[in-house]
Amino acid sequence: MHALEISNLEKTYASGLQALKGIDLTVEEGDFFALLGPNGAGKSTCIGIISGLVNKTAGSVRIFDHSIDQEFILAKSLLGSVPQEFNFNTFEPTEEIVINQAGFYGVPSRVARKETEHYLKQLGLWQHRRSQARRLSGGMKRRLMIARALIHKPRLLILDEPTAGVDIELRRSMWDFLEQINDQGTTIILTTHYLEEAERMCRNVAIIDEGNIIQDTSMKLLLKQLNSETLVFYLRDNLEQVPRLASFDNIIKLDHHSIEVEIPEQHSINDLIAELEAQNIVVQRMRNKVNRLEELFVKLTSKTDRTSAA
Amino acid sequence: MLYQFWIAYLTITRKEIMRFTRIWVQTIVPPVVMVALYFIIFGNLIGQRIGEMDGMNYIDFLMPGLVMMSIITNSYTNVVSSFYGAKYSRHIEEMQIAPVPDLVILLGFVSGGMVRGISVGIAVTLVSLLFTEFSIYNPFIVLLVALLTSCLFALAGLINAIFANSFDDITIVPTFVLTPLTYLGGIFYSIKLLPEIWQQVSLGNPILYMVNSFRYGFRGSSDIDPLTAILVILFFISVLFTVCLMLLARGTGIRQ
Repeated sequence: MHALEISNLEKTYASGLQALKGIDLTVEEGDFFALLGPNGAGKSTCIGIISGLVNKTAGSVRIFDHSIDQEFILAKSLLGSVPQEFNFNTFEPTEEIVINQAGFYGVPSRVARKETEHYLKQLGLWQHRRSQARRLSGGMKRRLMIARALIHKPRLLILDEPTAGVDIELRRSMWDFLEQINDQGTTIILTTHYLEEAERMCRNVAIIDEGNIIQDTSMKLLLKQLNSETLVFYLRDNLEQVPRLASFDNIIKLDHHSIEVEIPEQHSINDLIAELEAQNIVVQRMRNKVNRLEELFVKLTSKTDRTSAA
Repeated sequence: MLYQFWIAYLTITRKEIMRFTRIWVQTIVPPVVMVALYFIIFGNLIGQRIGEMDGMNYIDFLMPGLVMMSIITNSYTNVVSSFYGAKYSRHIEEMQIAPVPDLVILLGFVSGGMVRGISVGIAVTLVSLLFTEFSIYNPFIVLLVALLTSCLFALAGLINAIFANSFDDITIVPTFVLTPLTYLGGIFYSIKLLPEIWQQVSLGNPILYMVNSFRYGFRGSSDIDPLTAILVILFFISVLFTVCLMLLARGTGIRQ
């Protein structure tokens, strides 16, 4: 079954801005799906329409085969949403925010209190349950929104940049938590600017740019499109000038001890190291310049820019 | 599904009640202090020199109007500030995302406003006991008019909040519309004191009907027929209720 089915979805704001230009998108049940795109591409508008926060101009959205127009009660009952910006009453106690959200979904108070305890404990917020939400740190507020979105046990969870502004340790613990709930059967749609996050967790991906879906495929197939990769090499000895290598054209000297090399698909790192060694250049360490998905993402979205500019 | 909506309604109402009781020093105490001052100054000090109004002591005439004024102001203020605050800090989205019909959102906010209006009304009535003897001519009318009026002004507050784009917008209507209408609505005087033409003009002020029917419930005397007054209030409630539902369904002010 499709967890989410979007057909010909359009949104034109009152200002005349066409945020979505008739997109089609399908997310399968149980998937961990990335919806990526640069700022202003239309991701949040798309999520806003699915969540009922934005009126669509045209098209249809179905959640587990329930239309958000004709069967909005059923459709919304199956959806949990973690927005990009904090949208709770910061003067309310943490626990109350989650319990109230359960109430909006018709969960009786007794059950809601039990579930709230479960999720607040799981997300490390139980000791802050009586604190006003405004007293929580940024990371805690993000986790509070996740607890709130899960309180009615949705089958589809949409997370709009859930780890924005969260330190790396906490981000990794959130990844583990999200993978765990995905393993338990919750379909997850994730938007993020941390592409490492999307590459690590998501099986399928769509890239949206200027209101159009420009890629909709599996993460593996998408990454296969990457026909080159840029690596940074740290060298043992002082380097006076950029080395000339037979198989590699794009070499940039970063400083006296490091170079950046673009390695095309047809060549291996072994080929590069062999050529460097032939010139008595010893590589001590190396790293990816950027994450692979990030490299591809930049290429794809800048290609769209060029096309539209033309 | 009805049970689900019932829980959602109770949640919104409870959340609204918790909101104003959490800040009771800002929401309950000031109107009570203000009305106590009205009783001291207009009721006790000046009232003794005024003598009788409509065949009763001025303070007895004044008391129902002041209670009604508290109900009107607080029902309105509660909903306008709460709903606009929810829009401003975006926690209205908590309800929009959830499967809560517009009708349930409407009833929840209005109930919260009514509870605050009636609570302050009771508090003001208790304060009035320091200045005048408590007597009710018709408790049913007192209760009915109090409930209907608080409902009407909670609805009006919701419409104001829906259209408001800034905190200024939620104070303009209470300051420039609600307060003048309330003060000219027969709280402090009987419209029989006015020249004929102004009596007719006063009949166009809906608050006059509420204050007079409420006074009838307490004292058995009124400038307006109580049944007519109740019908007028019911008419305004049905109009504002319909407008509120239409605005929420369109997403005016809350959905792009």
